[in-house]
Amino acid sequence: MKHLKRIQSILILSIAVIFSACSSDDDFNVQSDNLDDFKLVQTVNENGHIIELYTENGNFLTGYNAIYLQIKSAGNLVSDAQPRWEPVMNMMDMLHSCPYSSLTPKENSTGIYKGYILFQMANHGMEHWEINIEYTVDGTIYSANTPIEVEESSHRNIESFQGNDGKNYVLALVEPTDPFVGVNKMKAAVYHMENMMSFVPVDNYKVLIDPRMPGMGNHGSPNNTDLLPIANGFYEGNLSLSMTGYWKVNLQLSDASTNIVKGEEVTADNESSSIFFELEF
Amino acid sequence: MSVCCNKTNKMFRYILAGILMPVLCHAQSQNNHANDTLMVDQLEEIVIISPQTISDRASKPLSSLDEYLSNANAVDMIKRGSYAWEPFLNGMASERNVVTIDGMRIYGACTDKMDPVTSYVEITNLSKVNVQSGSSGSSGATIGGSIDVQRKKGAFGDKNLSGMLFGGWESNNQQKIAGGAVSYTDTRFFANVDFTFRDAENYKAGGGEEIMYAQFTKYNVSAMAGYKLNQNQHVEASVIYDHALDVGYPALPMDVSLAKAFIGSLEYVSLHLSDNLHRWETKLYHNDVTHVMDDTQRSDVPIRMDMPGWSTTTGFYSSLMGNIGKHEWEIKLSAHRNSSLAEMTMFSNNPDEKDMFMLTWPGVLTNYGDLFVENQFRLGNNWTTKLSAGLAIHNNEIDNVFGFESLRIFYPELEKSNTRLLKRAAASFEQAKNNWILNLGMAYGERAPSVSEGYGFYLFNSFDRFDYVGNPNMKNEKSISFQSAIAYKWNNLSSKLSATQFYIKDYIIGQPNDELSVMTIGAEGVKVYEQLNHANIFNIALDFDYQFTDNFLWTNNLSYRHGTGKNVKYLPMIQPFSYRSNLTYYAKSFSAQAGISGAHQQQRYNPYYGEQALPGYWIANLSAANRFNFAHQSLVVKAGVENIFDKYYTTFADWNRLPRMGRNFYLSVIYDF
Repeated sequence: MKHLKRIQSILILSIAVIFSACSSDDDFNVQSDNLDDFKLVQTVNENGHIIELYTENGNFLTGYNAIYLQIKSAGNLVSDAQPRWEPVMNMMDMLHSCPYSSLTPKENSTGIYKGYILFQMANHGMEHWEINIEYTVDGTIYSANTPIEVEESSHRNIESFQGNDGKNYVLALVEPTDPFVGVNKMKAAVYHMENMMSFVPVDNYKVLIDPRMPGMGNHGSPNNTDLLPIANGFYEGNLSLSMTGYWKVNLQLSDASTNIVKGEEVTADNESSSIFFELEF
Repeated sequence: MSVCCNKTNKMFRYILAGILMPVLCHAQSQNNHANDTLMVDQLEEIVIISPQTISDRASKPLSSLDEYLSNANAVDMIKRGSYAWEPFLNGMASERNVVTIDGMRIYGACTDKMDPVTSYVEITNLSKVNVQSGSSGSSGATIGGSIDVQRKKGAFGDKNLSGMLFGGWESNNQQKIAGGAVSYTDTRFFANVDFTFRDAENYKAGGGEEIMYAQFTKYNVSAMAGYKLNQNQHVEASVIYDHALDVGYPALPMDVSLAKAFIGSLEYVSLHLSDNLHRWETKLYHNDVTHVMDDTQRSDVPIRMDMPGWSTTTGFYSSLMGNIGKHEWEIKLSAHRNSSLAEMTMFSNNPDEKDMFMLTWPGVLTNYGDLFVENQFRLGNNWTTKLSAGLAIHNNEIDNVFGFESLRIFYPELEKSNTRLLKRAAASFEQAKNNWILNLGMAYGERAPSVSEGYGFYLFNSFDRFDYVGNPNMKNEKSISFQSAIAYKWNNLSSKLSATQFYIKDYIIGQPNDELSVMTIGAEGVKVYEQLNHANIFNIALDFDYQFTDNFLWTNNLSYRHGTGKNVKYLPMIQPFSYRSNLTYYAKSFSAQAGISGAHQQQRYNPYYGEQALPGYWIANLSAANRFNFAHQSLVVKAGVENIFDKYYTTFADWNRLPRMGRNFYLSVIYDF
């Protein structure tokens, strides 16, 4: 079993390496460029090294997580560690992964790496997430593994579904993290699940948005725009929020041939789409 | 069904406005149009506020300022309840008029116009109201006209202490009125203090139906002091504090828990500066208005809301009057700065969800500067001419980040600051000859959009049930007006016919925008302020009085307005043909009055602005008053009944067709010492 797992990990890691070439700094949605603004979530002690994981809020939540990683050997940061990672969910009768980026060095620093992971679900009961990490110190490749605590986000920010085209998708909210009254820049990520362990970014689709306030007669707001592709499975557009409170951002996913693969329009008879994000501020 | 604006009708109106008609006339002013004094401006109306005098014009001496104002021809009072009526001038709403308190600019703090400026003063603070039609005033850039509510003036003189105390009661809404004033005069110093208290319950319409949420309570106190520096110079300080609480607005979905204002000023006056300079008056002022809307009294609301608003204005004016030969001139420099902010918090019906917050007035600053000149002179024996011009700089700035971002949702290119130039000019000619006075005038004026029109964010109009959104990209509204008045007096008959025609370009009005979704639960849609290419408003009024014998005076008033706009068949809130007739008996210290007032049916209504057709109506009133004199004191007792026949009626001016008061008995006692 352990060997099988290891082969699987290596296989996944190789695929991850191939795709790592596609990720760029722009996809990494981190407000601060100083590690000090991020909080330590997890410490992994293995192989005589210390691996540290940082997120903005100090925890892993369902949805989009921007993460910093650093490796210390004998108290010093390891530079040129070329780390690779893979998140895996241990469920009762199977394993599956989720959409994630490769790890790339953070600008103007040595030994700090950044990446992101989109968790579709939280840990519950015996079922939990783990991260497999592989890295190099002084020419030797090491591997480590750590279980992590992924909590449920207070508001829905990720959707996993099967489209009417038979394909499985993951759609996650990336921005705004700090919504304000006005025109917000909205960013989302769309991934296609090829199989349990492989998720690939989707380009050339469109994400249609319709923000509503269910607590106030389901009124909307003016001048929202569709989220259009920018690169690497990310989509960007305008989200208009006319007041504070609880908003439901109804979604529709439109494929390259403009067919709506998932989600319904909000009308007088249909109060909400089957896929949506929630924002409350 | 009357025909509105075909060409012949229009022509007829122009002719009527300018024609010389041998009609029974009455000189509006007190002085007998003597030819060597300053021209009496027939285009001005003065409403005297003097509870102690038994006057034929003021039927209820202790009525609020609103009721006094409604007697002026040019003024219509729009009622949303029994408190704080909004004055319309020449058929135009408050955005098109300038209302000042003793020359001080003041802005309301309510997005729904529940607090017109006139609601923050009381009759005990005031001596009269000067209503001027058109763009000819010194108060500021305006189109419909200006209303200057003037403070009681203190006087220097022999040492004297006087005052008055009054109490009143009205049966229909159990209104209790009490108040008083004390004034001290001395050769170099004067001081006045006055206060008024009002408290009323719900009122009953004709037939007995109780109108809920119509109660109000109000306190008002004011003080004024003056000090004479020397023979020709003096300074004055004045303060008014007005506090209303638990005010209901039955025509609206919300009431007011608190409406208060502080109005203060300092004035310096210098007289007889030189042979040619008569008077130099400078005033510095500041006012602070707080207005809190609340719906806790209402049982059935889709969502609970708190809507507080604040408006602060600081300003000054300085005016210099003099003469060069036969030319009397005035030059006035004024400026003010206003900050208006209004919030809306909606309490979530779902306890797990956060409350919703937005700014309905996004923190708008108005910076305004104005220069005005006026020149009056005699042309020949009988003609007097008045020429005036004004130039104003009007700047709006959104200084609240939250508010600015909110509005950018609609206007992504919106800039924080916007400056306009507002021009106005007027000319009028008056001839007084024998028993006639003829006055012809013409004016041009511009105005800037109001805070709500330019920057309002989802303001719900409960009359047409639309959410209104402001438009900061509008041009100035412009108007050309023609006015005329003819007064004629002969023996015991006196009369005056006056008419004004306004031709307005870029008329600001809300128009539906189907692409926007509503914000208010249950609203019909969203209207955004747009500008009509043109609109026309015509007003005509006839006053005629006849003194039967020494004791009997019969006064009459007939008036009519007509308003249309391009693509908007009838402008909303335009008065149909209305009339008033009173017969007064005077004896030495006793007077009695019987009168009727009414209006023809309203068929020229606009359903797109919530209006419906209205039947005609008339009501009858009776009153009697007696003055008791002893030593230097007097006691006036007046009692009367309004709407004797308890008729159920509503008018074009009642928001949401709210019915008016049924039978109302009133009693006022005024003691002067």
